[in-house]
Amino acid sequence: MSEQVYPSMSVANPHPPLLDGIQRIATIIAFIGLAMTVISVFGLLQNGSYLWLSLFCMAFGVGLYSWRQYHDTHPGIKNDGIWFGNLTSRGFWAWMAGILITFFYVCLYWYPQWLGFSAEGTNTGVVGFFDPLSIALKGKPASQWFVYGTLYTLAILCFGFKFILKYRHNRYQVIRTLSVIFFQLCIAFLLPELLERMNQPSMDLKNMWPLNYYFFFDWNLDKLLNGGNLGIFMLVWGIALIVLISPLLTYFYGKRWYCSWVCGCGGLAETAGDPFRHLSDKSLKAWKIERWLIHGVLVFAVVMTAVVLYTYFTGNSQVLFINSYSVREWYGFLIGATFSGVIGVGFYPLMGSRVWCRFGCPMAAILGLQQRFFSRFRITTNGGQCISCGNCSTYCEMGIDVRSYAQKGQNIVRASCVGCGICAAVCPRGVLRLENGSADINMRTEALKAVHIKAS
Amino acid sequence: MDIVILGNGISGITAARHIRKLSDHRITVISKETDYFFSRTALMYMYMGHMRFEDTQPYEKGFWAKNRIKLIRGEVSMIDFGQKKLQFAENQHIHDTAFDPAPTEISYDRLVLALGSAPNKFGWPGQDLNGVQGLYSFQDLQSMEAHSKNLDRAVIVGGGLIGIEMAEMFHSRHIPVTLLVREQQYWNMVLPKEESAMVGEQIINAGIDLRLNTELKEIIDDGQGNACAVLTNTDERIDCHFVGLTAGVHPNVGWLKDLGLDIDRGILTNEYLQTNIPDVWAVGDCAQLRKPPAGRRAIEAVWYVGRMMGETAAYSICGQEIAYDPGIWFNSAKFMDMEYQVYGTVLAKPPENQQSIFWQSDDREKSIRLVFDAQSRAVIGFNLMGVRLRHEVCEKWIGAGTPLKDVVEQLALASFDPEFTRHFHSQVVDIYNQRFGDHAIANKRRRFNQVFSFLRN
Ligand SMILES: Cc1cc2nc3c(=O)[nH]c(=O)nc-3n(C[C@H](O)[C@H](O)[C@H](O)COP(=O)(O)OP(=O)(O)OC[C@H]3O[C@@H](n4cnc5c(N)ncnc54)[C@H](O)[C@@H]3O)c2cc1C
Ligand code: SF4
Repeated sequence: MSEQVYPSMSVANPHPPLLDGIQRIATIIAFIGLAMTVISVFGLLQNGSYLWLSLFCMAFGVGLYSWRQYHDTHPGIKNDGIWFGNLTSRGFWAWMAGILITFFYVCLYWYPQWLGFSAEGTNTGVVGFFDPLSIALKGKPASQWFVYGTLYTLAILCFGFKFILKYRHNRYQVIRTLSVIFFQLCIAFLLPELLERMNQPSMDLKNMWPLNYYFFFDWNLDKLLNGGNLGIFMLVWGIALIVLISPLLTYFYGKRWYCSWVCGCGGLAETAGDPFRHLSDKSLKAWKIERWLIHGVLVFAVVMTAVVLYTYFTGNSQVLFINSYSVREWYGFLIGATFSGVIGVGFYPLMGSRVWCRFGCPMAAILGLQQRFFSRFRITTNGGQCISCGNCSTYCEMGIDVRSYAQKGQNIVRASCVGCGICAAVCPRGVLRLENGSADINMRTEALKAVHIKAS
Repeated sequence: MDIVILGNGISGITAARHIRKLSDHRITVISKETDYFFSRTALMYMYMGHMRFEDTQPYEKGFWAKNRIKLIRGEVSMIDFGQKKLQFAENQHIHDTAFDPAPTEISYDRLVLALGSAPNKFGWPGQDLNGVQGLYSFQDLQSMEAHSKNLDRAVIVGGGLIGIEMAEMFHSRHIPVTLLVREQQYWNMVLPKEESAMVGEQIINAGIDLRLNTELKEIIDDGQGNACAVLTNTDERIDCHFVGLTAGVHPNVGWLKDLGLDIDRGILTNEYLQTNIPDVWAVGDCAQLRKPPAGRRAIEAVWYVGRMMGETAAYSICGQEIAYDPGIWFNSAKFMDMEYQVYGTVLAKPPENQQSIFWQSDDREKSIRLVFDAQSRAVIGFNLMGVRLRHEVCEKWIGAGTPLKDVVEQLALASFDPEFTRHFHSQVVDIYNQRFGDHAIANKRRRFNQVFSFLRN
């Protein structure tokens, strides 16, 4: 017995004869912009104006390309050829992209000097390249994190624009994407930089513990406690987010209010990661691994934070066999850097865009538990209309087998669902709807109507 | 007891799943098409690159062993109803299987026939040439794929649901398509005039060459057994190396004639889906009801009917006789980017006593039609283009004979479009008020809790 492998259904050329002229020019412009940033690593182009040109080329190139791709198409689902594309079906270019992004993250976390960062002297390389923007924003030279933040925000902006064009027929998608762009650009990027400029304690106001795992670290607490009124406000705000605001919003709207409307990790996944959403693993096995891993990380985050706080208040750094300094270093290395950064984004083209959100994020784990057991949110299915086609499951970035519920007429109540709404968008039969309601809160998983014979 | 199910489509598989839920019988499912159940309705998405073959299979491979459903890949060529035996064809050429070869025969205690349909061919000259085919099976899709390479043009014959799907498939690969439709308008035997026109516009705007009032006369041989052009009823010649025949389907029962099984167009069954032969049931596309429920046809070759029949037969096989009751008619489809849903009675050419109010958006991308009984003004049908309504709510309204005015006012209750979608319910109310000089007021609240209490009351 041999396992039959079906060939890809693409003997014929499923692609447009060629990218049209404008798209090719747009691609070249974007690559020139990217190339300028890349070669600045070698100390080239360190004259202020190249930075602006580079950023402009990247944004303009991606923007023009996206506009050209969608402007004269009829509004609707645009998934033609997704599984034929080399980049979008784990082909050679997907591996290349994965390796490059992974390499970038490795430099970022562990070898910032390779990027030209210098804590004492003047920056060189790509960090030096970004100095002009950093100085303009906060009056200080850049760090590798500033470079990262800028590129991250730029990616959400440009690919967010592309996403909006792609889903322009669907107002839920458009509004949601405007929201993630706003939160990334204004709250995560600009506001902290401007606060730093004003010598105030800076903080990404939407970045909540435990995703923001260092919120309770001594240096952060000290920074906030010594940061005057604003610092105290931020401390209170951060705690209120955890114990009050987030549970309330999750009760009303499900975890989507954070994961696919506000969060930066989610923002990148939904925009730059959109072409890879179908690569998530839908198997029951993956679901099992997911539950162990994500809750394991949550336990790790809670224990680590508890130990760190214990040390903060008692000055004692040893709790039983755990050393609070080494545990937080390990957490930062394993979860903060390796999992959420290197694997989380580097593996987009191979494992889909939500690897971190699905398998690792402790914030998502908390919100998920709440969504599963105490929230008005669920996805309802439209009676018997499902034709089991599989579009919804395929395009679920969280690897939920949506179809397995829809074809039974069962509502979908899953801890991992981030409420991106793409299943409902791609469903060709109008079967799915994201919905909030309290009337049936304890029986959300029950079908409103038996698909056919009511089991007696 | 040994239960054998012939056919692994939606009807056969639904029967198998429910028999497993209801009993401990041994279950065997046989098919010649694919090892595992896949969704036929998703054939087009594989070709268009939205999904891979494995993505169209609703159950993981481990599901079958876990539920103790034995799968056999092979073609059955003969049934001996007296001996209760199925015989497999000799010389089977099945290469793409991971299963052991099929046995030569298998016996059953109870048999379910879930054979599906076959595409219609109307004796057109050249209909058996290479490059001429329908779209029904996985093999049809593979053949379509093989013919697509360097294809200059595809001509598709038939203005139904599969025809437009095929057109969209080629279109997605940038292969020029001509769609020949015999009628004056696309699918106008089923869709009312306005909706039919909207779909026609979608097809033309997409750049598909739509030929209305045009019939296929002949398919021309290139001298080597391949199709190279078609001739239409106006004697126009259209060069093409692929001809799609999508002029409907018929029950796949040809090979079962003269074996003692009562067959008309399909296999005749009673309301428990039992055939005239004891211990034999028929479900899905291949079944024909002797007495269809009021307002329903004897053969309904749609996914949902297959699913409901499979479930009904499972109950009957397991000793709980529950009559087949498909409820109020519903269906849905998608024409290029335009979604279509229907609930209840919506006729292309309605009788005198069925009237409707019709709303259409300015860009002609959306419409709502409410069909009602002219005397009682009770709503009997919904026809929707580009608008999603909730199945359960529409069904309840129709079932209760709800007056048009109530439905118009409460339309928001049935809304199933994504959040933030702009709604046009007040325009529907305006149309109603104008037509009847009434003062209905749109209720804009459409909270889930209200839907819930409406449905539970
Ligand atoms: C392209 C396409 C799109 C469609 N889209 C929709 C849609 O959107 N909505 C909708 O409601 N319906 C749709 N339909 C119709 C729907 O798919 C069918 O009604 C449904 O699949 C029928 O299911 P079934 O179980 O009766 O038969 P089938 O799915 O046809 O299953 C029958 C199986 O039995 C096997 N078989 C038959 N004879 C033998 C034999 N002698 N030996 C071994 N095996 C045998 C066949 O190979 C086949 O696998 C579509 C159909 C097609 C072709
Ligand atoms: S996309 Fe829609 S029709 Fe297809 S399986 Fe999912 S819910 Fe069912």
